[in-house]
Amino acid sequence: MANRARTSLPRTLAAHAILLAYTAIALFPVFVIVINAMKSRRAIFAHPLQLPGPKSFDLIGFQTVLSQGNFPLYFWNSLIVTVVSLAFILLFGAMAAFALSEYRFKGNLLMGLYLALGIMIPIRLGTVAILQLMVATGLVNTLFALILVYTAQGIPLAVFILSEFMKTVSADLKNAGRIDGLSEYRIFFRLVVPLVRPAMATVAVFSMIPIWNDLWFPLILAPAERVKTVTLGAQVFLGQFVTDWNAVLASLSLAIVPVLVLYLVFSRQLIRGITSGAVK
Amino acid sequence: MAERRPVRWHIGVFLAPAVAVYTAVMIFPLFATLDLSLYRVVDKATHFVGLGNFATLFGDPHWSEHFWNALKNNTWFFLINMAVQNPIGIGLAALLSSPRLRFAAAYRTAIFVPTILSFVIVGFVWKLILSPLWGIAPDLLKAVGLRHFFAPWLGDPHYALTTIALISVWQFIGIPMMLIYAALLSIPDEVIEAAEMDGITGISQFWKIKLPLILPSIGIVSILTFVGNFNAFDLIYVAQGALAGPDYSTDILGTFLYRTFFGFQLQLGDPNMGATIATVMFAIILAGVCLYLFGIQRRLRRYQF
Repeated sequence: MANRARTSLPRTLAAHAILLAYTAIALFPVFVIVINAMKSRRAIFAHPLQLPGPKSFDLIGFQTVLSQGNFPLYFWNSLIVTVVSLAFILLFGAMAAFALSEYRFKGNLLMGLYLALGIMIPIRLGTVAILQLMVATGLVNTLFALILVYTAQGIPLAVFILSEFMKTVSADLKNAGRIDGLSEYRIFFRLVVPLVRPAMATVAVFSMIPIWNDLWFPLILAPAERVKTVTLGAQVFLGQFVTDWNAVLASLSLAIVPVLVLYLVFSRQLIRGITSGAVK
Repeated sequence: MAERRPVRWHIGVFLAPAVAVYTAVMIFPLFATLDLSLYRVVDKATHFVGLGNFATLFGDPHWSEHFWNALKNNTWFFLINMAVQNPIGIGLAALLSSPRLRFAAAYRTAIFVPTILSFVIVGFVWKLILSPLWGIAPDLLKAVGLRHFFAPWLGDPHYALTTIALISVWQFIGIPMMLIYAALLSIPDEVIEAAEMDGITGISQFWKIKLPLILPSIGIVSILTFVGNFNAFDLIYVAQGALAGPDYSTDILGTFLYRTFFGFQLQLGDPNMGATIATVMFAIILAGVCLYLFGIQRRLRRYQF
């Protein structure tokens, strides 16, 4: 009833038309790449916008990619870097967030501001010294160098979001735990962490995308073949196979699909995270 | 309060790992980079040169030409992003938040897809689509009768930067859309109903009621765009290479920093000049963030519902 004034048929249709048009713009490039990756070279050039049919269907591109590139290794490297960084970000971030939101102590506010600084100042600006640090510690061309950088990069936002959520955990519950003789560590791991799990999932999704997609740090800190991440690997592969369109399109598809699947799995979490005010 | 509490070691234990990693890998290198910009290496000996590197960067024709070019391009890149991405993002968010819109979740998910793709994919996909060789862009333009309009945009110094900026808009439109959408959803129904009682509906309701209420979110989106753009590198590196061609027309501070610091082709890497450029970027970003925090955000009226 109350909504009648807000909706009218022509306006709804117009809204759908605009949104559909923009959806097409957003998805068109992905669509073009994926359909052409499965076509023969001739069909790619002759009819780039046609779906692969029985005549034009060809997986030669994927064969080239799998035989020439080291993609399984790159995927493995990306996976390790992303998962381990995320684990550190969540664990360290949650611990710091708990300290800041639970206890009143001298320097609490200052510490919060110090950790929040990294939300606005990009870590890339310290690259020159980060490389020197990694050279000095012998961590160049190791996955651990990337993990350290991404952990540092992810901590500020994690602390910020998680401490907001931890403030909502009932004090009675924690005090009941204290009366029962639980140590502060147990209260954190047994009571608080399970309760803020949705917020941790949000942080995980937010932190994951830039780590998986980063090109800058793999390029500078870990360019060696055995530690290449998939983003850097795809970049180098594309540079070498620039004229082999089948291979290029196939490798692009291979790079798109895992992220897309992950996104579709986590998109509810991501969108809920944004709309619930986690980043406002 | 009279009794002294025992030292609460657990606070330190909870804070230590995050603070240690963050300080060692982020804050310390940031300041070390600022410090590096004050030195120069001559004949393998490091000399303190004060602000000499900055004088070189701004004044020495060998450097300054590239620097001012990169700064100018970066500013244009940012302006295009602000002027195109935010209005479209706000418009999409406004449409998505209209009540009882069907498939809103599907649209939202689809429009956010480019944002999750890596720069490598985005750069290459658009390079292929805009390539005169493949002909997708020319064919599509032909279909709508605009074939003569086609040019190899990425290869033309006049258009390349704007094209790249528009690709960046395409990629990141999901962020303003989502943040503004969230802000629109948080406007309470009573406010909207009161507006309707007064006969303010549709477009004028958006301009007069909703837009003022979402200004803080627009501020956040703007500062995120600013920081992101003045720190950008990947898209241009992927689409145009480290030389940011054609003829440096797409060179921005990030690519300039990369070439200077790392060296490219015959040019040797120079950590001190790299640090100098990073310091300038730091100053620009810090100035933008401060302007936002103290100049804009404070003046925005926040409404408590």
